Amino acid sequence: MTAPNPYVFIVIFVGVALVFPLIPLGLAWLWRRFFQPPKPGAEKNAIYECGVESIGEAQIQFRSQYYLYAIIFLIFDVEAIFLVPFAVAFTGLPVGAFIAILVFLLLLIEGLVWAWGKGCLQWER
Amino acid sequence: MTEQIDEGLRSELQRQGVWVTSMQELYNWGRKNSIWPLQFGLACCAIEMIATAASRYDIARFGGEVFRPSPRQADLMIVAGTVTKKMAPQIVRLYNQMPDPKYVISMGACAISGGPFKQGYNVLKGIDRYIPVDVYIPGCPPRPEALLHAFMELQSKIDSQKLTGQNRAEHLNVAQPSEFPVPSFGEHDLEPPANPDVFHPPKIERQS
Repeated sequence: MTAPNPYVFIVIFVGVALVFPLIPLGLAWLWRRFFQPPKPGAEKNAIYECGVESIGEAQIQFRSQYYLYAIIFLIFDVEAIFLVPFAVAFTGLPVGAFIAILVFLLLLIEGLVWAWGKGCLQWER
Repeated sequence: MTEQIDEGLRSELQRQGVWVTSMQELYNWGRKNSIWPLQFGLACCAIEMIATAASRYDIARFGGEVFRPSPRQADLMIVAGTVTKKMAPQIVRLYNQMPDPKYVISMGACAISGGPFKQGYNVLKGIDRYIPVDVYIPGCPPRPEALLHAFMELQSKIDSQKLTGQNRAEHLNVAQPSEFPVPSFGEHDLEPPANPDVFHPPKIERQS
């Protein structure tokens, strides 16, 4: 008797992996078909499922004007985070690192000037 | 289904290693040992529900540990706590979204009748005004043992449900609705204040 092709076992494995879940699914389908009456309804078929009625459309548009908030957040929040370690390590910094952080500050200051000119810093009541 | 096997013969067969069962018993056995509750707490009773699910009381021993965050996957709604009138429509809607068969445990005095807050203007006087309740647990709050007891009562109810014939379980009846009307906020109270198809309060007969 010759040894079977080693790939036969993989074929058997795939077959079992397909049949094993299909049997309970088929039994459940038969059960639903013959015993369980379907009872769909407006709320049962609703998309949202937390108990609250959904309001409006799901496909809303996001205002692109919010990029201004992102820029101001960078200037006043992220920059402050970088300024603290910069100030702590100031005396030990090599010239290259000093110039690099100045370039970084310059870029953000440029953004601040631009946002100022745009009127974003105007306080609106 | 109509022919019941003799209990003596059955136990005799079991002693010999032969198990006889019916489709209904097998189906109910599977159902009652995998009740998935809805993960849904309202007030202090929910703390006891959490304790029931945790290791000391361990509702997993009864197959109920899989608290589902979605009503689509839940079999059991444990109304654990005070139902305010603001919350009542959401509870009914969640119940409507649960698939059949579905069961409700009314946990604690508040869920049964409003409990100590019954006189409050904003408290619903019992969740059974809007949805059918299977098991009531008294207590304020009920201890985890009480919730486990209710769970076992529900299991015995599921076990005794018929799948065919005239007395079959309600969810298999085509005429039995699966959704119940959601109350809306009226001027003074929820509209309607109770669902007459569901709410059957006991008649109080006073001795004169």
